[in-house]
Amino acid sequence: MNGNVYIYLLVLAAVTYLIRVLPLTLIRREIKNTFLRSFLYYVPYVTLAVMTFPSILSATESPISAAIALIVGIALAWFGAGLFPVSVLCCVAVFVMELFLI
Amino acid sequence: MMRNASRKYFTELWRGFRHGIPIALGYFAVALTLGIAATKDAGMTPWQAALMSLLLHASAGEFAGITMIAASASYIETAIMEFVANARYLLMSCALSQKLSPQMKTRHRFIIGYFVTDELFALGVSADGKLNPFYYYGAALAASPAWALGTFVGAILGNALPTRAVSALSVGLYGMFLATIIPPARKSKILACLIVLSFLLSGAAAVLPWVSALPEGTRTILLTVILASLFALLFPVKNDAEKEAAANER
Repeated sequence: MNGNVYIYLLVLAAVTYLIRVLPLTLIRREIKNTFLRSFLYYVPYVTLAVMTFPSILSATESPISAAIALIVGIALAWFGAGLFPVSVLCCVAVFVMELFLI
Repeated sequence: MMRNASRKYFTELWRGFRHGIPIALGYFAVALTLGIAATKDAGMTPWQAALMSLLLHASAGEFAGITMIAASASYIETAIMEFVANARYLLMSCALSQKLSPQMKTRHRFIIGYFVTDELFALGVSADGKLNPFYYYGAALAASPAWALGTFVGAILGNALPTRAVSALSVGLYGMFLATIIPPARKSKILACLIVLSFLLSGAAAVLPWVSALPEGTRTILLTVILASLFALLFPVKNDAEKEAAANER
């Protein structure tokens, strides 16, 4: 490493903050345009779904335990479990599965 | 009056904090691996690694940063790489801006902007009606220290951590994503279709030649823009009342 770590961190932080804060401060009104409204309404669902799959499969020690956690998570959320139970039970599913798998 | 107002802030702060606890647990686990990488690859001290986490709050963004520092990249290259790794937040912040009351003070917008992470964003957009800034701060207050602490502990302990535990904790954040997107999908066939399609195309994009060579952040943005535009054209949502109706169509 040649550069100064703190300057690197400053560069990284500045870029990251600008990306996040500009839309929040510049878009102050409710968007009236139907296409844009609809687009922004659908964004979170696509982004979060795309970030979950297939990345979850490589997050754990075994893709099988991760796939089970994915199914457990979808089923629990479908039947109305909240953030915390879904999150914790996914972890439990991986832990239990890996007792057998690894 | 004053007392009532401050109590209301505190209630929201506390509600947010409780909802931030599962995020905090997941963050702690994911940040451990980040801390390991920061010391091993980029030669950072545990304090520097924790500082990076406090400044960035971004997993992919921090991994990208570590890679650039390890490679002794120029500051310009580092800035561009960081933009690519984090550009999805531009879309998320645009979506989140519609959850903020037009009257919301600028200082709140500046603080919320500091804490737009994938998970806090998921929490923010799923709030009923407009987002209360204090609810968001409460969640950030739980999540942010856990993120920094996880990075710090990971940097100190390195690979001495029990693999089983890290492995199990790693799916916690994905569980949160599922708990955010699945319940509305149960009420709306359109959203259910959109999510299934997102899963399928994302899976395809990860294995197909050419597309799979793109950085993960870029793939996420491409798929988001394509699918959200397609659905906005096919199934436009006009106003909140209609959104409700769409969500309750079952």
